Amino acid sequence: MTLGLINANPVVHAKKERVARTEDLHGDDAVDPLEIYDFVRDIRDPEHPYSLEQLSVLSEESITVDDKLGRILITFTPTIQHCSMATVIGLCLRVKLKHYFPPHYKVDIKVSPGSHANEESVNKQLNDKERVAAALENPNLRQLVDECLYSNDL
Amino acid sequence: MELSEGACELKLLDRLEGHSDRVWSLAWNPATGSAGVPLVFASCSGDKTVRVWEHAPSPSSASWTCKAVLEDTHTRTVRSCAWSPDGKLLATGSFDATTSIWENVGGDFECVATLEGHENEVKSVSWNAGGTLLATCGRDKSVWIWEAELANEFECVSVLQGHTQDVKMVQWHPTMDVLFSCSYDNTIKVWADDDDDWRCVQTLGEPNNGHSSTIWALSFNASGDKMVSCSDDLTLKIWETNNMNMHSGDGHAPWRHLCTLSGYHDRTIFSVHWSSEGIIASGAADDGIRFFVENKDGLVDGPLYKLLLKKEKAHEMDVNSVQWSPGEKRLLASASDDGTIKIWELASLCTGNGY
Repeated sequence: MTLGLINANPVVHAKKERVARTEDLHGDDAVDPLEIYDFVRDIRDPEHPYSLEQLSVLSEESITVDDKLGRILITFTPTIQHCSMATVIGLCLRVKLKHYFPPHYKVDIKVSPGSHANEESVNKQLNDKERVAAALENPNLRQLVDECLYSNDL
Repeated sequence: MELSEGACELKLLDRLEGHSDRVWSLAWNPATGSAGVPLVFASCSGDKTVRVWEHAPSPSSASWTCKAVLEDTHTRTVRSCAWSPDGKLLATGSFDATTSIWENVGGDFECVATLEGHENEVKSVSWNAGGTLLATCGRDKSVWIWEAELANEFECVSVLQGHTQDVKMVQWHPTMDVLFSCSYDNTIKVWADDDDDWRCVQTLGEPNNGHSSTIWALSFNASGDKMVSCSDDLTLKIWETNNMNMHSGDGHAPWRHLCTLSGYHDRTIFSVHWSSEGIIASGAADDGIRFFVENKDGLVDGPLYKLLLKKEKAHEMDVNSVQWSPGEKRLLASASDDGTIKIWELASLCTGNGY
């Protein structure tokens, strides 16, 4: 564990205007990427008192859904190239979305291309479900994840 | 028994509920399934328990009952379980970094030993053919070999370093005391001993036509001259060796890549098991199970192995483990993230051809 913050000076953006959702035009089975985004945008960054949206770690374009195949891809952009919190952010996303989708949907989480120095190894770890399961049984990591998910409204 | 594509079907015999979290692994008790002994298997789960299931002895009923729940011992996910060859002991490996040894004492399972040593999650346990050695592996990148003196006396005889990442599975060769491990580092390692001095005698990686991502499991054919591995790279690979005379002390005979089966699963393949009759079953994160057999078409450039049958949507979620039963019937058990275990029968459709 490093003593100081990984990124002491993140760039913070204003919260995007929340658009009131009109009636859902999709069928019940379809998954709406914007609804998913609404669900994850306020996850707090592990290091800073800002949401992933405010730090531009997540944006509306982060979520892509293929309803036919039942696949969801979430791409996020860590604030700096050597972010060691990337795996924690990935865990937060998985926990937040755990019961969100019908069981047959497959979720892949990756860092956006070019956004991390160890892109391949981070992506591999983020998508190894055994590693994810074990990490979430680690009380320290679990506590950090819970803080990111359940911190008070910013 | 000759099996050809389209000549068999996969029948669902039973769907077992009970675990309250994903089922990671299962293992059939090798001393059951024949001579009137009902089939028994163990399953282990993210719910931190192990369940032991027995086939109800009634000839008309296909149902299975949960005979025991092994709980309050492991404090985290139980990831792997394996019966000793005589069926008397059950080893369970857990994310709590321990391996427990259970003995069936008059219908109740008692934990008779706890093996500690791994620095973090234990991912797999395997007994050698003689039941004298137990291997374990884990995220600490090491492979441990334990000698079983008595049921409750295990001594660590070797801690094998070599893998550069998380070791996902260990599996002893079916006839020789040679250990195989596969890893997140994309390699398979072969470990053999020279007078109790264990070392890595071969590494099968990308230069050997090996996998390009995490290898989750491997399995041997009955004669032990072939092995199949499955991976996050979406392929299955068949390997072979031609020297079975390792007792002669000539040194280790190398394994080489025979063929690659790709395009059959479109997500991580978690499990593979080679039956005594030569049928390879695979289970994957695409919720499906596939069956492969050697291709006896005899075409010169034809594929060496072919798809026998596919079962898409075998489960509602990822299939984590597929295991052929011992004994007379051609049964397959599958375990899933959906918390259930399914028992299948691979049945021939044709009734002619003299069998």
